[in-house]
Amino acid sequence: MPEITEETVKKIARLANLRMDPDETARFTEHLEKVLEYMRKLNQLDTTGIPQTAHVLPLQNVWREDEVLPGLDRSEALAGAPDVRDDCFRVPRIIE
Amino acid sequence: MDKNYEIVIGLEVHVELATDSKIFCHCPTLFGAPPNTQVCPVCLGLPGSLPVLNRQALVLAMRAALALESTLAEHTKFDRKNYFYPDLPKAYQISQFDQPLALGGSVEIAAPAGPKRIAITRVHMEEDAGKLIHQGAGGRLGTAGSSLVDYNRTGVPLIEIVSEPDLRSADEAYAYLIALKEILQHTGISDCNMEEGSLRCDANISVRLRGEQVLGTKAELKNMNSFKHIRSAIEYEARRQIRVLIEGGQVVQESRLWDEEKDMSYPMRSKEEAHDYRYFPEPDLPVITITAEVREAIRQSLPELPQARRQRFRQKYALNEYNAGVLISSRELADFFESMVDCQAPAQAACNWLTVELLGKLNAEGRRITQSPVSPEHLAELVRMIELGKISGKIGKKVFAEMFQSGRAPEDIVAKQGLSQISDPGVMRKMVDEVLAAHPGPTAEYRNGKTQTLGFLVGRVMQASGGQANPKLVNQILKERLG
Repeated sequence: MPEITEETVKKIARLANLRMDPDETARFTEHLEKVLEYMRKLNQLDTTGIPQTAHVLPLQNVWREDEVLPGLDRSEALAGAPDVRDDCFRVPRIIE
Repeated sequence: MDKNYEIVIGLEVHVELATDSKIFCHCPTLFGAPPNTQVCPVCLGLPGSLPVLNRQALVLAMRAALALESTLAEHTKFDRKNYFYPDLPKAYQISQFDQPLALGGSVEIAAPAGPKRIAITRVHMEEDAGKLIHQGAGGRLGTAGSSLVDYNRTGVPLIEIVSEPDLRSADEAYAYLIALKEILQHTGISDCNMEEGSLRCDANISVRLRGEQVLGTKAELKNMNSFKHIRSAIEYEARRQIRVLIEGGQVVQESRLWDEEKDMSYPMRSKEEAHDYRYFPEPDLPVITITAEVREAIRQSLPELPQARRQRFRQKYALNEYNAGVLISSRELADFFESMVDCQAPAQAACNWLTVELLGKLNAEGRRITQSPVSPEHLAELVRMIELGKISGKIGKKVFAEMFQSGRAPEDIVAKQGLSQISDPGVMRKMVDEVLAAHPGPTAEYRNGKTQTLGFLVGRVMQASGGQANPKLVNQILKERLG
């Protein structure tokens, strides 16, 4: 019984701001289902006694001191902006 | 407000932590810099950049959690909260989801009906977003043609403090915010500067019939940054919801914005999936482990909390609730007061001179206590000079005005202007005799038994001395000369 339907893919695409034609939707439905299938295989492993983990690297408590250092000049910061006005990034109206 | 209904409020308060640099990069956090001058590849979300946690932001957040009696997690991590909005250049906010910094806790508030404890749900860390300036008619979201973005604020460290829905009125919500602000300021966690947006608040509001156990449908009022507006907004929203219910309608779960000019709230327009944030662990930031030693060290570093300090001020200095409350309202003010007391100024007089005279003058000029031209040592000295009878209270006010102008020491002013109180009986007798000679009528009346004229004569001597005569001595010598 597949868990990923075309509706799921459409929803994920919408949340990720991706436009997809019907062909792509069908293809990704299949792909994502295959990814899940692999995950189901992992689910068969006995993980009793293994602590939940958010990171695979054996690192913790990595930080820096509270020190100000120069960043980018404004011209550099704005250099990649598609549109600039009044020293700000200009974006289209937010809600249609 | 319809008395059959009960208002239920929970608050989410965002507080800017008092660090020099941002939470994940070295950019400064100064307020008011020209747009996009405090940015770098990390806070602009440029590809290839990596965040590194600011240790001081973590320390301040842990301090806040402990000051709110919240339980610090042994293990905590950051998560990505995904949504598309131009104030967020990475298209996600680094926040905390299922393993927040701290859980539980409570704050005691001065509710209108007496002290009340408000439970805290959680305290977590996150980064602030950028500032949007909406252009077009009205400058409001829905009608804007385009928006300008300033990313200076992006990545400024915040904590979010979430309360349980324990608040039952706009006044309680107000008292809660005051208590929270006092704690955060006293512990040096935040300056809580409202004008600069250092403390912002979302309010979840619902109403239900009294006695009902189930919560009503809530509306969320977003992003308010003035305690007064928050109070008005909650009042308005509760009234609105009660009216909807009385008219047989249903409250819609939605986010609303408060329009402070029109004194009303309106629904935010948002897309339906806006609340599907698809949180997942931030892969660029390793987990944080807080050991018992670190926790205890932070606990030890906490200064006396405002509630305890208020109690101590009342007991040790015999101040009333009102005066203790005024002094505790800011840590700087409370510190100023205690510095005065350390300089041997009597507590009650120190409190009066500080809160009435000095604060009065500072407020009139829109200045804060930290900008006072008069130091605690000098104000204490002035209070002592009055207490010891070196100058009268009236002259004291004159000297104070001069201190406020010049910042000079009171003893210096008194000496230079010859304002010391006249307590020399020889000088005083001469002055009294002159006044008696100049006013033969009242003098005779007094001698004939009309003793009320004494007040008039005292006034004349005081006037003749330019206010510098010691009033006790004037009385004494007048009686001696008249008797």
